[in-house]
Amino acid sequence: MRKCSIQALDTVFETIAEAAVLYLPVDGDNGASYKKWEKGTVMSNALNTVRSPKDFFFPQSENLMEFRTSGKTIEVIDKREEKEDFVVFGVRACDVKSFDILDRVFLNEPCDSYYADRREHGTIVSMACTRPVETCFCQTFGIDASNPAGDLSCWKTETDVYFQANTEKGEKLLAAIAGVTEESDDTAVKAQQEKTREIMKKLPLADLTTEGFGAGKTAELFNAPEWKELSQSCLGCGTCTFVCPTCQCYDIKDFKTGKGVIRFRCWDSCMYSDFTKMAHGNPRLSQLERFRQRFMHKLVYYPENNDGVYSCVGCGRCLAKCPISMNIVKVMRTIGGKADE
Amino acid sequence: MQKVTGELLINKALELLDNGTVNRVLGWKRGEFAYDMTPAVFADAEELKNNFVFNDFCGANFSKYLIAETRKEGKVLVFLKPCDSYSFNQLLTEHRFDREKVYAVGIPCEGMVDISKVKKAAGDGILDIVCENDGLVVKTLYDTDKVIDCKEVLAERCVSCKSRKCVAYDELLGENGDVLDSSRFDEVEKLEKMTEDERYAFWQNELSRCIRCNACRDVCPACTCEKCVFDNPDSGVENKAVSDSFEEKMFHIIRAFHVAGRCTDCGECSRVCPQHIPLHLLNRKFIKDINEFYGDYQAGAEVGSRAPLVNYTVDDLEPSEAVQKGDADNA
Repeated sequence: MRKCSIQALDTVFETIAEAAVLYLPVDGDNGASYKKWEKGTVMSNALNTVRSPKDFFFPQSENLMEFRTSGKTIEVIDKREEKEDFVVFGVRACDVKSFDILDRVFLNEPCDSYYADRREHGTIVSMACTRPVETCFCQTFGIDASNPAGDLSCWKTETDVYFQANTEKGEKLLAAIAGVTEESDDTAVKAQQEKTREIMKKLPLADLTTEGFGAGKTAELFNAPEWKELSQSCLGCGTCTFVCPTCQCYDIKDFKTGKGVIRFRCWDSCMYSDFTKMAHGNPRLSQLERFRQRFMHKLVYYPENNDGVYSCVGCGRCLAKCPISMNIVKVMRTIGGKADE
Repeated sequence: MQKVTGELLINKALELLDNGTVNRVLGWKRGEFAYDMTPAVFADAEELKNNFVFNDFCGANFSKYLIAETRKEGKVLVFLKPCDSYSFNQLLTEHRFDREKVYAVGIPCEGMVDISKVKKAAGDGILDIVCENDGLVVKTLYDTDKVIDCKEVLAERCVSCKSRKCVAYDELLGENGDVLDSSRFDEVEKLEKMTEDERYAFWQNELSRCIRCNACRDVCPACTCEKCVFDNPDSGVENKAVSDSFEEKMFHIIRAFHVAGRCTDCGECSRVCPQHIPLHLLNRKFIKDINEFYGDYQAGAEVGSRAPLVNYTVDDLEPSEAVQKGDADNA
């Protein structure tokens, strides 16, 4: 483990930015968002960004290819841009975990090369939480907010920042900042973790469990009568899906340019009426069906196809942002079971 | 702090359920925390007693839900805050639901609280909020309990409340208020005073945060098209991609045009925006212009009124004069 003083953090950023584009969370009037680091950029201490960092690997919209016609020939142009190496600094434990969930979808055969390109060029530097809030429930999914994964893990105390490499990429980055950091033991980190874990126990959602969900539960849960009540006031907007770090559905569309077609991909939302619309029409005609799809996907279908891993990381963004305050926690409380108290 | 209590509303609902006036009740359902109420339909007395809530966090406007609710069997009870009652009238003006299938109870409102302001004032990790007199006692994970003046954390739309008068109801709980001389156009005036470049920069900055979640449209009581043009894949416009910075602006500007003259200024669009974009300012600019060009008009103040944009009088301003007037205002 290595460390630097809080004051030296700017030098660390400067060193990282010499070799790669550096992004970090920055405070704004309306919450924190990831911004490109420039000299003088101050890293946010906010618990999390309004939008998740999934954009770095899976942007909301991207051009895939272009078809240009000239006479009787069609030219197919790959719209992929040359990727630079980049570092995302300050990713919380929940969001780091979301990359694993996206990886299982995009890196599985057939591998999504657009996504893989970005993953290859990106290095994740995580940041341990010290002040979780009432909407946090990462521990429900086995995530330890005080011990975030990522290529390089960080802990920020009142005086210092500690670094621990977890992967080859992390080792490389740690070596790059070796000149501005020093060797350290993990006493301060251990103490901070202890403290954070105590706070986690006191969170109002600490008792939330995945009991009643998971692989093999489709038959039992699909026709649960509770879906009707849970979905009855859903507006059908895409807020929950678009702030979610693990929502991975997308649509591929063609845009006519006049000289040809640009094929692009954009995030889709299972809450939208044209979601998975096919030649025959739409398989989910009611908001109940669309609403159910979102939660069944996260809590049943995904774990069924991915060794029991749930596709929620408990970041709490949907809890904070849903216009009607309906969310996965309320679904789990209503349909699943509470832990024995 | 609200003058009517949840208990009073529950008792009214129980009475109307019991005497058969209605068979269900639209209300705010208790959440996980002190501030995350969900709109719900209550058909059961026990459920009402246990989970119906009314307090400073019940901002959701139920009027739009009546379109779907009135297609069901029996009469539904709806509680209307003053600003909700304007939406209610506007929807009736547009023949969007069957008035006979609704029993409306008007309730006074002292303004709703914006939870993000509470979080800023009281700190992270809100464990509980108790409404006491004109203050909120906020219990947090990291700080000592804080008492916050409700006025300090009112939602933006309530700070510049246009009316405390319920304009539609079968029955009123408490006393009706008055139409207020509000400051709601102050921000619009500031925008009008900007140069074109400044104004462009302002909206560029605000709208660039848009994630096209469509929450503003989906919550809007004036957006009641059975199929929105942005949801029609054959329309050629995109409903979920921010394809470029121009298109996301177009979405909001088209929407503002579409609700011009029909928007009652309920402020739901700005309340639900996950990116805190002040969308209500677009609508208020239209309202202000309509007032100035054609005389004061409040959508939803009564049922059946003709908005100036869909009405013709010989005194109407010619479009060219409107443009000139607009230019003069900006000069």
